[in-house]
Amino acid sequence: MSAYLAIGKIRFLAGMQYRAAAAAGVLTQLFFGLIFLMVYVAFYDQGGAGQPISLREVAAYIWLQQIFLSFIMLWLRDPEIFSLITSGNIAYELCRPCRLYAFWFAKLLATRISGAVLRCFPILLAVFFLPAPYALPLPASPAAFALFAAALLIGLCLVVSISMLIYISVFWTMSPVGSSLMVSVAGEFLAGMIVPVPLMPGWMQTVAYLLPFRWTTDFPFRVYAGNIPIGEAAWGIGVQLAWFAALVLFGQWLLNRALRRVVVQGG
Amino acid sequence: MIALEGISKSYRVAKRAAGFREAAKALFFREHTVVDALRNVSFDIREGDIAGYIGPNGAGKSTTIKIMCGILVPEAGSCSVLGYTPWKQRMDYVRRIGVVFGQRSQLWWDVPVIDSFEMLRHIYKIPPADYQRTLALLTETLDLGDIVRTPVRQLSLGQRMRCEIAASLLHEPRILFLDEPTIGLDAASKIAVRDFIKTINREKGVTVILTTHDMSDIEALANRILLIGKGTLLYDGDLPDLRSRYGNDPMDGLILRLYREHQI
Repeated sequence: MSAYLAIGKIRFLAGMQYRAAAAAGVLTQLFFGLIFLMVYVAFYDQGGAGQPISLREVAAYIWLQQIFLSFIMLWLRDPEIFSLITSGNIAYELCRPCRLYAFWFAKLLATRISGAVLRCFPILLAVFFLPAPYALPLPASPAAFALFAAALLIGLCLVVSISMLIYISVFWTMSPVGSSLMVSVAGEFLAGMIVPVPLMPGWMQTVAYLLPFRWTTDFPFRVYAGNIPIGEAAWGIGVQLAWFAALVLFGQWLLNRALRRVVVQGG
Repeated sequence: MIALEGISKSYRVAKRAAGFREAAKALFFREHTVVDALRNVSFDIREGDIAGYIGPNGAGKSTTIKIMCGILVPEAGSCSVLGYTPWKQRMDYVRRIGVVFGQRSQLWWDVPVIDSFEMLRHIYKIPPADYQRTLALLTETLDLGDIVRTPVRQLSLGQRMRCEIAASLLHEPRILFLDEPTIGLDAASKIAVRDFIKTINREKGVTVILTTHDMSDIEALANRILLIGKGTLLYDGDLPDLRSRYGNDPMDGLILRLYREHQI
């Protein structure tokens, strides 16, 4: 088993221990999903006709967002990596025959997956049986579902590659507060986590489409709902992969630069 | 086996005096001073040596260790360990060395020690048979017994340090760097650590480089002494040579005389 798989596995098992956190998460996410949906139900009642996304599609968008929250939220941070950098314990990480980027990537990926595994099934079960406008609709088609699954997983890798940039920035700033706050507030809005991207004003949609964030959230969920047709979705996955490659290359370059001028803090 | 040639390294340090005015000034003009951590340091260490690397706080000991481990990149000079340039061929190189930083921990805080060992087994891709054999040997010689099944946060410092040293040797490195391995340990733990270092040096031929402030460590272990002060190498020789020059005083007094002589 490779080192990257091993760290992933340990992280995954460690994450599975937090049953109480998962139970609390399930309740919170059901609660927020319902509140958000109530707002949209009211909105569509009061002249929501002719919107670029239907209420049914919004319901899918909101519930998937809640179910896969730990796949998509940018503010999920790993305090261990931050403290490695600021305390100088990174010295040990650098004495290991591992590529640091891949090592941290595997760690972050596993944390997110373990967070989702415990939470997604109870929520999934609950939201399928909710009454009409509130229920999670079935995917638009089997093909849409397959494309959604692929897009969601690539989106997850995209989220991790974006958050890697936050971790790497700490080599310069020595504090994670600034960069993670900026990226998570702006990024989550532009990903469509506050308001679905099709409901944004035109100019803002243009901004959102130019940035990588919407490919993590908005894109996979609209593929599921059928708001993005199959042909376009297949293209979209190509765009996702291109973004992913670009972000990983940039992150690795940045990390190498950081390590070349690294100052291991404290004696 | 280890050859350093003209290694120099400096850090930029931000400085300001105390007080509000100075703090406000530092918002706009930050004064940096360049601190030379190492100036033109050269030495060789032979295979099978136990080299004691000593000097006052801030002399550059840890910096040298970090350069030899491939963590820091020096500004000038060359360094060759086992034929590798540490910071250039980091991945291939670090597979072959073991490192203990006495003031840091490589063990996973919340889980039993054995889980950290398992993790290291995967990181270094140690074959299961080799791993079992090395682990059994380490458990016996370091008297780890049951403590490997205890979460790290519940270990005493002495127990933890023994586990840290074991963790650095699982992949059977040919060189072991120890940065203050006896810091904060009681007499019994210190002696256990020293005996162990001697054993692996004698039986497995592991070359050891250790930094310490405890001169009895040096007396008990080192066949080679490197003294560094203010970033410059001041003395390089063996213990009998040091003795013949400075007499048979207790080690601490002897080192203090050396410090005074070089005005550090």
